[in-house]
Amino acid sequence: MSDLNKLTIADARDMLRAKKVSAKELTADCLTAIDAAHALGAYVHKTPELAMDQAAAADARLAAGDAPDMCGIPLGIKDLFCTKGVESQSASRILQGFKPEYESTVSQKLLDAGTIMLGKLNMDEFAMGSSTETSAYGNAVNPWKIDDRDLTPGGSSGGSASAVAADLCLAATGTDTGGSIRQPAAFTGIVGIKPTYGRCSRWGIIAFASSLDQAGPMTKTVRDAAIMLEVMSGHDAKDSTSADIAVPNFEAMLTGDIRGKKIGIPKEYRMDGMPAEIEKLWGEGTAMLRDAGAEIVDISLPHTKYALPAYYVIAPAEASSNLARYDGVRFGHRATLAAGDGITEMYEKTRAEGFGHEVQRRIMVGTYVLSAGFYDAYYNRARRVRALIKKDFDDVFAAGIDAILTPATPSAAFGLGEMTDADPVAMYLNDVFTVTVNLAGLPGISVPTGLNSDGLPLGLQLIGRPWEEGDLLNTAYALEQAAGFVAKPNRWW
Amino acid sequence: MSIDTAIAAKVAKLARIRVEEDALPALAEEFNTILGFIEQLNEVDVEGVEPMTSVTPQRLKRRADVVNDGDQQDKVLKNAPDAREGFFAVPKVVE
Repeated sequence: MSDLNKLTIADARDMLRAKKVSAKELTADCLTAIDAAHALGAYVHKTPELAMDQAAAADARLAAGDAPDMCGIPLGIKDLFCTKGVESQSASRILQGFKPEYESTVSQKLLDAGTIMLGKLNMDEFAMGSSTETSAYGNAVNPWKIDDRDLTPGGSSGGSASAVAADLCLAATGTDTGGSIRQPAAFTGIVGIKPTYGRCSRWGIIAFASSLDQAGPMTKTVRDAAIMLEVMSGHDAKDSTSADIAVPNFEAMLTGDIRGKKIGIPKEYRMDGMPAEIEKLWGEGTAMLRDAGAEIVDISLPHTKYALPAYYVIAPAEASSNLARYDGVRFGHRATLAAGDGITEMYEKTRAEGFGHEVQRRIMVGTYVLSAGFYDAYYNRARRVRALIKKDFDDVFAAGIDAILTPATPSAAFGLGEMTDADPVAMYLNDVFTVTVNLAGLPGISVPTGLNSDGLPLGLQLIGRPWEEGDLLNTAYALEQAAGFVAKPNRWW
Repeated sequence: MSIDTAIAAKVAKLARIRVEEDALPALAEEFNTILGFIEQLNEVDVEGVEPMTSVTPQRLKRRADVVNDGDQQDKVLKNAPDAREGFFAVPKVVE
């Protein structure tokens, strides 16, 4: 048997339990696929020996007969997760050579469940970007291709998306601060869910904007997302914002029955200049849910327009604070100093050399909006607007809406380098449909539902009530079943 | 308001990021683009709205006020660019 790397988590689980394959065989096929896929730039640190050791341990657990669902499943881990003894750089020069002495809570939970780490995955530097072009490692590339151009897999979890879409792992971890799981998932034809804020511990995940960051799974199917999210979730005393709420068996909630569910279609997401193919996809998705027995309701989320500007105050403000720790003292890069340089020169030179352009820009915007005299005008105003954005969602959920259907992205994947000369705000618009969900702390999932006229994948987003990922996943499952998206990229790498 | 090179230099200084003199005009222009985008927030009526502090109404958990970690100096210093005699080493800060 070959090409085991193409399996879903659910199928691999069943075959592992039936002793039809071993974790070692699964892992070996993934490692072979990874070694043949340098052109995708997905993996930035490979850990093949560690993976084979973990596979042997998983096989022993499976033989003993009490293995959990994900035992023996090979995964890719986003470089933002601290992994003990393995480079964890957040795709930044400033963390060059950093090998944590500890394991993030989420990756530890995955290891405890018997999963295998194949390596670390590319991303935008400090998760700041929508194309994985700000990575210190170089670009990640989308396995989907329609002409000579290399396309972006999206960002910031672009390496994760590329790896899952190209079958370089069975699934991957991602993180999402403004759309960084859902936008790359949509660009590569895979599933990605950002859970409710507080569902997954942030401990050991390199911080970008702490009130918005959440980890989540990036998978080939909705069922796989349900299986993996359950393992990643749960309270952690080391993250005071992680919620002490029971984690249900999400997979058991996938009935596909959504009869009587109320699905909201927000009029404010029908943006001026929306491409016809996105509008068409959205309409088709709406029809699929209606045909599955859901009730479609037109709703209004009046403050939608202000989500991106509020985000571009709050996220840089939090980033400027979180990234103050990179000072050349405790870990990572320190600049070579000239004779007579003092500690201020050390900070300034280290941070100028270590941070890329986009990260520097966001730190400085954050510094500005938090500075004396502007704090109220920018930061506090943005937090007030954020409260109004959340209230928009609270109101529609209180009126009985179960989930909200929107496009995941304003376009299909674009070419690498095509946005280089655009102003920074043009790139920020990629997150126009996803960022509201982070500001309101809600769960959101991107599901691939079709191809555009060029043959590139497009996704729809479903937004759920807080803590009701199980119900959200079930609606996504119904949408997935109806859409029947099975296209895969043709291998060129 | 508009950001000039003097403000850009001040922000870079506050952020402890060295920006060369000749890069300041372009940086100021980028700030202006981003802040121009942010200005839209002034259209929103926020009268009487409290700034959000947490997306989920939750009370932080408490734990006993006891030491539950420590005694791992080697691990703490392991990734330091310059560690000597059990300390982080930095350029001289006092004369």
